[in-house]
Amino acid sequence: MTNAISLLIVDDEESVRDSLYNWFIEDGFTVKCAENAKEALTMLESENFDIILADIKMPGMDGLEMHRRIKTLSPEAIVIIMTAFASVETAVQALKDGAYDYITKPFDPDDLSHLIRNAATQIEQKAEAENFKNKETNLENIEDIVGNSQSMMQVLKEVENVSQSNSSVIITGESGTGKELIARAIHSNSSRKFFPLVTVHCGALSEDLLESELFGHEKGAFTGAMFNRKGRFEIADGGTIFLDEIATISGKMQIELLRVLETKKFVRVGGNKEIKSDFRVICATNRDLKKMVEQGTFREDLYYRLNVVNINIPPLRERPGDISLLVNYFIKKYCTNMSRDLISIEPAAMKRLEQYDFPGNVRELENMIERAIVVGNGKEIRLKDLPMKTNAPVDSSESLSELEKKHILQTLNKFDWNISRSAKVLKVDRVTLYNKIKKYDLKNPNGK
Amino acid sequence: MSKQRILFISFGQFGSDFLEKVAAAVKSEFGVPVGFDINYGVLTHFYDPSRRQYNANELIKFIHEKYGNNGAKTIGLFQVDLFIPILTFVIGQAVYKGNAGIVSLYRLKNELYGMKKDENLLFERFCKEIIHELGHTFGLTHCTSPVCVMRSSTYIEDVDEKNARFCASCKKQLDQALHEEPS
Ligand SMILES: [Zn+2]
Ligand SMILES: [Zn+2]
Repeated sequence: MTNAISLLIVDDEESVRDSLYNWFIEDGFTVKCAENAKEALTMLESENFDIILADIKMPGMDGLEMHRRIKTLSPEAIVIIMTAFASVETAVQALKDGAYDYITKPFDPDDLSHLIRNAATQIEQKAEAENFKNKETNLENIEDIVGNSQSMMQVLKEVENVSQSNSSVIITGESGTGKELIARAIHSNSSRKFFPLVTVHCGALSEDLLESELFGHEKGAFTGAMFNRKGRFEIADGGTIFLDEIATISGKMQIELLRVLETKKFVRVGGNKEIKSDFRVICATNRDLKKMVEQGTFREDLYYRLNVVNINIPPLRERPGDISLLVNYFIKKYCTNMSRDLISIEPAAMKRLEQYDFPGNVRELENMIERAIVVGNGKEIRLKDLPMKTNAPVDSSESLSELEKKHILQTLNKFDWNISRSAKVLKVDRVTLYNKIKKYDLKNPNGK
Repeated sequence: MSKQRILFISFGQFGSDFLEKVAAAVKSEFGVPVGFDINYGVLTHFYDPSRRQYNANELIKFIHEKYGNNGAKTIGLFQVDLFIPILTFVIGQAVYKGNAGIVSLYRLKNELYGMKKDENLLFERFCKEIIHELGHTFGLTHCTSPVCVMRSSTYIEDVDEKNARFCASCKKQLDQALHEEPS
C-alpha cells in the first residue's frame, strides 16, 4: 500500500501475530510484533510507529493501563484496539482515552482493511501537510496517459486540481480518447486512493439488473444465496464510483441516482436496512449532456449535480504531436506483453500515422499498433503493416478545399497554433495562413 | 528435479480442463513453466467444526512441508471455505517471499451471492486470485493502481474491479524477482 508506514502488533497469541504480520507485510508496511505490553513499551522507548494494533486483554498488564502508557510514549501514533466480543466495554473506554478505533475479533477482512485504509489516509495527509512547501506536482498512476501537447498538459493540470477536492466530475470526449484513464488518475491522486475505484459501465446493464448492481441485495432475496451481495455504491465507500456512459441510463434510474447522490443512503434489494456510503462520483460520456437536458432526455437537476467540474479530453486529431509518443509507448507496451524484443517503426509508417485523423482516437491507434506488431516482420513496423492502404490521406469523397482545410488544421494543431512555424511548414506566408484560417473558420481548441 | 517454477496442487474436485486453462493463463502472465498435481488426501484435520471452515494457516504449513523443497512456488487450489484465526474468512493467502500459498474457489462463486452461475467469471476471478497470491510469493506487495492484479481485494466485488494482469511497475518488480531467483 505504502512503504513509509510502520506498524506494531501487540498480541499474546502467536497465530494472531503471524496472521496480522503476514497481512500487513503484503500491504507494504514495515511491521514488528510484540508478545506483551512490557515488550511493546520497551520497543516504543527507542522506536516510533505510525500505527499500533494492540490487544486490550493480555496477561501481565491491564489493557487500559497499557494504552495510557503507549499514549505517553508515542502520542502521535494511531492506536487501534483489538478486542474479543466480551470486552467491548473496555475498548469503548480506550476510545474515550484517545484510541483511534477498535475492532472485534475475529475481524471481517473488510472492516480491517477499512480501518487501516482510513489510518493510512490520515497519516499520508498529515505528512503531506508537513511537506506542503516542497510538494512536487507528481501525479501517480498516469503512465498510461501519454502526451506532451499543450492540450493534454492542460487536462493533466485539471486532473491535479480536481483530485484534491471532492467535487463531482464529468469527463467528456469522443470515444476512444481514454476517459477511464482520466477517472483512474483522479482517483489515484486523491485522498481516496486507498479505497476502491468502482467502475460501472451504465450502457452495458439492463434496467432490472442495474438496481441490484448499484445497490446490492440481501441474501434472503434469492434462494440458495449464502452471502449478501454488495452493490457498487456500497463497495465504493471511502472511494470513488465511476459511471461510464452516463447518458445511457433510463429516466427511472436518473431519479434513483439523483436520490442516492443527494442522500448518500440506499437500501439493498430485498432488505430494509438503510446503508450509508461515502463516495465521490466521476462520470463520463461522449454525448452532449447539455443538449440532452435541453431536449428533455436527461434530467436537469441530475446534470447540475454531476457537472461540478468538466474535463474535456481533446480528440487525437487535435494533438497530432502526441502521435509519435503514443506509437512508441504502445510498441513498448505490446512488445513487453508479448515478451518480444522492442521493434522500431519505419519513418514512412510514422509519417502516415501522423497524417491520419483517427476517428477512433487513441484506442484506434493502440489497436493499429498491436495488430502491426502481430502481422509484421518482428523488426519494424512498416507502412504495409498498417491498415491504411495509400500514402496520402485521400478520401475521394472530400473536395480539394476540404482537404486543404483539414491539412491546415492538422498542421496548426501540431504546432500548438504557432502561426510562424505552421506557415513555414505549409510553405505559405503568415498573411496567407491568417486568411485561410478566416476562410475556413478554424478555431484553436485551446481557445486562444 | 522439476524445472517448474510454479506448481499447482489441487485438493478436491476440479475438472482437468479447468486446471489446464488456469495453468495456461498463469503461464502467460509469468512466462515460466507451470505444472500441476493432484492431492487425494482428506482435509478433515484442517477443519474447524466451530467455524465450519478450513484453517488456511495450517493448510499453507502443510503445503510448505510437503512440497516446499522442490524449489517451485506451490499454490494449493481448494473448493472449501478458508479462514485464518483472526479473520472471518480468506479467499487466498500466501507466504510473502515464500514458496507456498493457497486459493479457494468457494467465495468466488456467483451462486453463493444469489446470482446466476457464470463459469467464465469464476475462471477469471480464480486466475486473478492465484496470480495475486503468486505475486506475494515473488515479493510483491499490494498496489494502489485500481486495476492492477496486486490491488488488495477482500471480496469478490473488489476482485471484479481489477484486471488479471500486473501493472507496469509491478510487472517490472516481478521480472526482477524472476531473474534473481534461480530455477
Ligand atoms: Zn494480497
Ligand atoms: Zn501494480
